[in-house]
Amino acid sequence: MECVFGMVGEGFAVVAADTSAVHSILVHKSNEDKIMVLDSHKLIAASGEPGDRVQFTEYIQKNVALYQFRNGIPLTTAAAANFTRGELATALRKNPYSVNILLAGYDKETGPSLYYIDYIATLHKVDKGAFGYGSYFSLSTMDRHYHSRMSVEEAIDLVDKCIIEIRSRLVVAPPNFVIKIVDKDGAREYAWRETVKDADVAAA
Amino acid sequence: MARYDRAITVFSPDGHLFQVEYALEAVRKGNAAVGVRGTDTIVLGVEKKSTAKLQDSRSVRKIVNLDDHIALACAGLKADARVLVNRARIECQSHRLTVEDPVTVEYITRYIAGLQQKYTQSGGVRPFGLSTLIIGFDPYSGAPSLYQTDPSGTFSAWKANATGRNSNSIREFLEKNYKETSGQETVKLAIRALLEVVESGGKNIEVAVMTKEQGLRQLEEAEIDAIVAEIDAEKAAAEAAKKAPSKET
Repeated sequence: MECVFGMVGEGFAVVAADTSAVHSILVHKSNEDKIMVLDSHKLIAASGEPGDRVQFTEYIQKNVALYQFRNGIPLTTAAAANFTRGELATALRKNPYSVNILLAGYDKETGPSLYYIDYIATLHKVDKGAFGYGSYFSLSTMDRHYHSRMSVEEAIDLVDKCIIEIRSRLVVAPPNFVIKIVDKDGAREYAWRETVKDADVAAA
Repeated sequence: MARYDRAITVFSPDGHLFQVEYALEAVRKGNAAVGVRGTDTIVLGVEKKSTAKLQDSRSVRKIVNLDDHIALACAGLKADARVLVNRARIECQSHRLTVEDPVTVEYITRYIAGLQQKYTQSGGVRPFGLSTLIIGFDPYSGAPSLYQTDPSGTFSAWKANATGRNSNSIREFLEKNYKETSGQETVKLAIRALLEVVESGGKNIEVAVMTKEQGLRQLEEAEIDAIVAEIDAEKAAAEAAKKAPSKET
């Protein structure tokens, strides 16, 4: 029931992901951050097998860092996306990773971009994308309201519309979401949308 | 059938490893490099032999960073340095991946030294012909460190050191003039040491400064020229002060 979705706006890209870590019928935690900061201007929102998700995204993150040290300049978003897809493709027919990824980034020359990379190494450059059961609702909502070059306020408003749709229509909807944004000033956390707080469990 | 698995580095009858000593000779012929550790700043300086007119000097960077908080300068065979630096960079990321922590300066120095040692005890290979100066801040304690490795694979920590051409003169100067410094004073000390053996001027030395907050920063030629001018002025003032009292008596 993992929900990940994102879209590109005017000079920025935003991604949102649910924050529940689930094993069968048990919710381990509801504040698991599934959007990794790949480097200063890239975000990877990942969903899928928890072990694979962390292993794979950290592996990509360290290799992106290595490229930067070796070459003195950071990878472009397109290059990082193609590298990620390549790693998934190489492992696919031996030891596949079950991870779906939305890679959002900002390049000085080409502006914001969003890449859809699924677990069998499909790669698409998109304006909006989504994974999981939530995608049935978030994609439809985005199709209805999205237009190119939205402002941050408009985009976050649309993200919230999607979250409301998921919460009301998905049978085991995740309670909490995290929203992260990347623009010319870098990749950073934007907000959390919580209905359940992990920390304060009422004393018996 | 010729077999190339025989060790090239073997002991001589009187207990020397000549290949390692020849590698040290190669280091002695390399560019001078100096490293100085301050309380909050660490500085690396390298001699820049006059660049050919048509060469793009930006492509010849002698001070490199291994990670956000670690940098390296070396003297000796630059091609060997490329290989060693590449392996060290991979190890820095690999360490972060497996233990989720950045390397300490000592760890990566030990790794590089271990690599250099391996090549003195393997078949069919020659030792790396370079000595390195490795600087960095400990990611936890924030303490600054300066380490040196050499072709034999030994390493140790230093307050200040030099390697390459005329390193003995530079080390003598440092031994006479070293004191705990911070900030710009550390930079000046490193440049003064390097100027002992290098022609004065910003285009003949490459200097990089590492601080805990900003990481590694390469100094521009203009900045170096300004500091060299300051040093020259201080020297002139010291000379004048020496002469003045004798005039009064």
